[in-house]
Amino acid sequence: MLTQLAIWVGGGFLASLALNRALPGLGTGRVQDWIKNTGTVGMFGYYILATVLVLLVDYYVGFLMGANMPEWFKSISLLGSTRLPFLAWLLHGIVMFGVAGFIFRALGRSVGTELSRKMFRQMPITASFGILTILIYVIVAVFADIIAPYGQAEVFDRINLLPGGNPDLGGDPSHPLGTDQIGRDLLSRLIFGAQNTVGIAFVTTCLAFFIGASLGFLAATLGGWFDQFLSRIVDMLMAIPQLIFALLLMTIATAWAGSERWLITIYMILIIAVLDSTRVFRLSRAVGMNIVVMDFFEAAKLRGENLSYLVFREILPNAYAPLLAEFGLRFCFVFLTIAALSFLGIGIQPPLADWGTMVKDLSQFINFAAFSPLTAALPLLAAGAIALLTVAVNFVVDWMLHRSSGLKE
Amino acid sequence: MTEKEPLVRIRNLNIIGITDETEVPIINGVDLDLHRGEVIGLIGESGAGKSTLGLAAMGFTRDGCHIRGGEVTFDGIDLVDAGPEIRRELLGKRIAYVAQSAAASFNPAHRIIRQHSEAPMVHSVMPRQQSEEDAIDLYNRLRLPNPEEIGFRYPHQVSGGQLQRAMTAMAMSCRPDLIIFDEPTTALDVTTQIEVLAAIRDIVSQFNTAAIYITHDLAVVAQMADRIKVLFRGDEVEEAATGTMMKSPKEEYTKSLWAVRSFQRKQKPLAKKGEVPVISLQSVTAAYATTPVLREVSFDIHRGRTVAVVGESGSGKSTAARCITGLLPPLSGQVLNNGNPLPASFRQRNREQLRQIQMIYQMADTALNPRMKISEIIGRPVEFYLGLTGNEKKKRVFQLLEQIELDPAQYYNRLPTELSGGQKQRIGIARALAAEPEFIICDEVTSALDQLVAEGILKLLAKLQDQMDLAYMFITHDLSTVRAIADEVVVMKDGEVVESGAKNKMFKPPHHPYTDLLLSSVPEMDENWLDELLDQRGVENIGDAAVSKMAGN
Amino acid sequence: MAGIGLIIIKRLGLGLLTMLMVSILIFGAVNLLPGDFAQAILGQGATPEAVQAIRRDLGLDQPLVERYFTWLFGVLQGDFGNSFAELNFSSYGGTTASANFGSVADKLAPRFNNTMFLAGVTALFAVPVSILIGVLAALYRNSIFDRVANITTLTSISSPEFFLAYILILILAVLNPILPSLSNIYDGMDFADRLERSMLPALTLTLVVTAHMMRMTRAAIINLLASPFIEMARLKGLSPFRVILFHALPNALAPIINVVALNLAFLITGVVVVEVVFVYPGIGQLFVDSVKIRDIPVVQACCLLFAAAYILLNLTADIMAILSNPRLRHPK
Repeated sequence: MLTQLAIWVGGGFLASLALNRALPGLGTGRVQDWIKNTGTVGMFGYYILATVLVLLVDYYVGFLMGANMPEWFKSISLLGSTRLPFLAWLLHGIVMFGVAGFIFRALGRSVGTELSRKMFRQMPITASFGILTILIYVIVAVFADIIAPYGQAEVFDRINLLPGGNPDLGGDPSHPLGTDQIGRDLLSRLIFGAQNTVGIAFVTTCLAFFIGASLGFLAATLGGWFDQFLSRIVDMLMAIPQLIFALLLMTIATAWAGSERWLITIYMILIIAVLDSTRVFRLSRAVGMNIVVMDFFEAAKLRGENLSYLVFREILPNAYAPLLAEFGLRFCFVFLTIAALSFLGIGIQPPLADWGTMVKDLSQFINFAAFSPLTAALPLLAAGAIALLTVAVNFVVDWMLHRSSGLKE
Repeated sequence: MTEKEPLVRIRNLNIIGITDETEVPIINGVDLDLHRGEVIGLIGESGAGKSTLGLAAMGFTRDGCHIRGGEVTFDGIDLVDAGPEIRRELLGKRIAYVAQSAAASFNPAHRIIRQHSEAPMVHSVMPRQQSEEDAIDLYNRLRLPNPEEIGFRYPHQVSGGQLQRAMTAMAMSCRPDLIIFDEPTTALDVTTQIEVLAAIRDIVSQFNTAAIYITHDLAVVAQMADRIKVLFRGDEVEEAATGTMMKSPKEEYTKSLWAVRSFQRKQKPLAKKGEVPVISLQSVTAAYATTPVLREVSFDIHRGRTVAVVGESGSGKSTAARCITGLLPPLSGQVLNNGNPLPASFRQRNREQLRQIQMIYQMADTALNPRMKISEIIGRPVEFYLGLTGNEKKKRVFQLLEQIELDPAQYYNRLPTELSGGQKQRIGIARALAAEPEFIICDEVTSALDQLVAEGILKLLAKLQDQMDLAYMFITHDLSTVRAIADEVVVMKDGEVVESGAKNKMFKPPHHPYTDLLLSSVPEMDENWLDELLDQRGVENIGDAAVSKMAGN
Repeated sequence: MAGIGLIIIKRLGLGLLTMLMVSILIFGAVNLLPGDFAQAILGQGATPEAVQAIRRDLGLDQPLVERYFTWLFGVLQGDFGNSFAELNFSSYGGTTASANFGSVADKLAPRFNNTMFLAGVTALFAVPVSILIGVLAALYRNSIFDRVANITTLTSISSPEFFLAYILILILAVLNPILPSLSNIYDGMDFADRLERSMLPALTLTLVVTAHMMRMTRAAIINLLASPFIEMARLKGLSPFRVILFHALPNALAPIINVVALNLAFLITGVVVVEVVFVYPGIGQLFVDSVKIRDIPVVQACCLLFAAAYILLNLTADIMAILSNPRLRHPK
């Protein structure tokens, strides 16, 4: 197998070397430039990437045909010999998401207005994948009641049904992902988790933005003691790590809530919104400060315009882009904080289904990985649902920031 | 002239920039020859591609720019296809570069002399010890104060003009065959600029170094270059020896550049005694926190007149404007409007008082809200001050757009980002006019614009003044602008008024030594101006040295 | 040098002030509890006498300001009070006060060491690796290496800590039993054993922190490479190596130190979740457990400890940045 590997690598290197030396005479100017700038090592990198992609597709085909691959393929593909369904799932996931992103982008390029088409043309695959994923989450969250087979709090007789729906292996076709320790359908809870976890995070972020941005812009516009006062308070709140502070306040909140469990969720939203609004305050104040020193703002100020005109007409339209990007980042942060709190058992309270709590409750199943991969995948599915959304949002934000920063890189 | 092989030979050079996946041509097939010991001036407005061409002569392109075709050779060595090793061998050693901002181009973490001796050491021209001795010698020749010691300071400890000379010394460290000067004096005040110019010219001729001198200032390039090449949007307009070029340019574009300097409007007579000035500053003293910036400043501005306030950066001319508008309430003294005192802070002024004083800004880019349509930028003051709405408001905005010579139908619904610099500045003027004020502050309104555009703006302002009997306060550091438009001049230095009076008097001696220095430091469109000035005043009596001498008195 | 000394002293003073304010904030927050500690401990069905006894014992009958200072001076001497969890409730049934309280400080000390050990191991891995990757990504930006690093770190940042933790458990503990999935650490364990048991939590934290650190390092270096003095150095014909070593690095020090300190501070938050996942006996786990049973003195002490570490790291970053700034080191 080592020899095969050597042939793959060595041959590829020679090929990219030859390509690099021979190609400058061919092709259009752009291609020539690209080759010149990429260099032999860079070409080799692309080659390796291409090889891996080819092998992935090969393997995928092999998998569809029942994973009965010939020996020679196993020896070069390196993947053919693996028996790990997790790796296979991961690879399928990446390939499928990549393809979905690609198709989505291709679709966006041919449908819609001139502006949206231009946007899709300049979009990297990661961003289009991100937008697609966010769209899917939104749809699932909004229509959870329709999509989910059962209610989130509905309890069934059969507890701890295994996933897979195969009665021989302890499953039940009417509960494809099985049931939890008190007999609730896991698929339904996963779907409702989108509504609760994402919805609550979204509401919290909006609240944080409302508080942070309005105070930040006011501080930038008014300046003076108002600005000083708010800035010092924010400094102090930010001197304690956010999750730690949230935990402390949640202790007090649970004491206040007493037996009214649903109040805890409300308190959590308020606490995280206030703590997170400090960062929004910092950013919007900084953005506001940059606008306040501009001449057009001075002109409006000297005209005698009142505060609301200054904030809503002069500052806000110009603060849109950075605030939107920050909204994405803040949403991720809030989302992760809420998930962490729920995971620690102090966040969103039952009977509401949420992903953080699900991970906590199902985490023991991970030890079954060797004999029942599907069961072990359950906690990862909930945790992965969290990760996937934040990754998607981050990809989009990354692209937005890259675009607004111009061509600096 | 062409019998010998030139030092730098550029043929049919094409450079493009890549923005948003679209290619933008920057240089379109320009040729250039430069012989040993010769200085060529590259001149053009912003976007002409002069910096790109200068860097290309070093075989260097900035990120995002690509050489698409043509050849660049230096002393017979091809620079376009040369590998990085060959280029590195030349750069610093045989070709050196002097950047626009010395403050940003020196590494803040190392002493100046350490950076000076770096190139000679790396290129094994001479060891560090010897190079440092040489540096002190060069500092001496460039007339830097304390040549023995100045190199051992860090860049932030040295003033801008001195740093620019230290960078010239650094470029000289390997005695290169060619130096590229990329707008080396643009960021400096006039009195400092003249010193740097004299030093650069001296040292280039002492070592018989060839140089490419890039600038947008005609008068400067006339002093420095043997030949001048005029560029316009990446194309060569024409090239000729400096004398010929100054006296008889061939191309229309060059002629128009030269002609700008000729605009001058007739000076109006001084206001009658006893006439109440529109704006009057009465011993205004102001400070930022605890730093005093204005001391007992007084001057008057009368109806229909233009008062130019001149001075170098830090002289307090913009601060005076801030006191008038009420952005910076003075510590003592007051501002009168038609004889009535204005409240110190703009927050206490009523709408009528605010309406009377309008402002036009230097940077048209930041002066207009990029997210507001022209209709609202101009329409807002119309509505705010005059209470016009709906069709009446629209009619008035159309009228204003016509006054600033922009087609109303075409521009009414546009955003500022879709306009050119000159058009933006016109919108700024319209916004000020919309308030129907008596008095407008023009803060360096032309200094960010190319000369032709600036000329248009000045003419427009003059026309509007005649139509509406406006009073202008014209803040500027550019004396040619003062000549063109002012009726009266106020000279400021370190927060005080040094001298003031009618323009024709101010441009004729005798006057205050500082005014004299300021006036004489402004480069003139005469290739012998610098020589004559140096003969007249002596090397010791120009620039910072002269200023500090004055302070000693 | 007098100027820089003054700046540092000012910064230290500010740090101290922040610390004081934070202690007030924490103390104040805890006193927002409905009723008071006594009620919280004994619950609804407590007899008035019992409540009274606890109040007297904890000094709750004193005014708020006085209690704050008593608490603060206690903390300064290493006395964080007593844990509710170990209170002997029966002793409050009657009149006899003074029971055997478990001291918070005793509870914290061994766990504090464990957490420091975990953070130390993580930092040892993460700092050099992430700075190296960050610098390389900046130097070869927009190359395939940079893009892969970008996507990987973005994914790693976006994932909740427990997701990474379970993935690692799945791969390294369940499917390939190389490392233990539970970190049961006790006193008197030998170093190698201890290291092995802390390996998985340390790896998880490394993944998270490295991603952040690498991205910030990359941004700082790219920012630096765009400055005119780097262009000048290139135009002097210096080799890329020399440009980086002599011109970029001395100026990159401050931003990199900043990045490191910020991320070590970030570790603090990460520690809580990761310790819970791996049942690692550190402060984070104690904190979460105490929050659940509302053991206020412990929560208060942990919170103060985390905040102190956080403030200290930020302070260090600022002071290092001041020290490495040539403008401040060599005043005019």
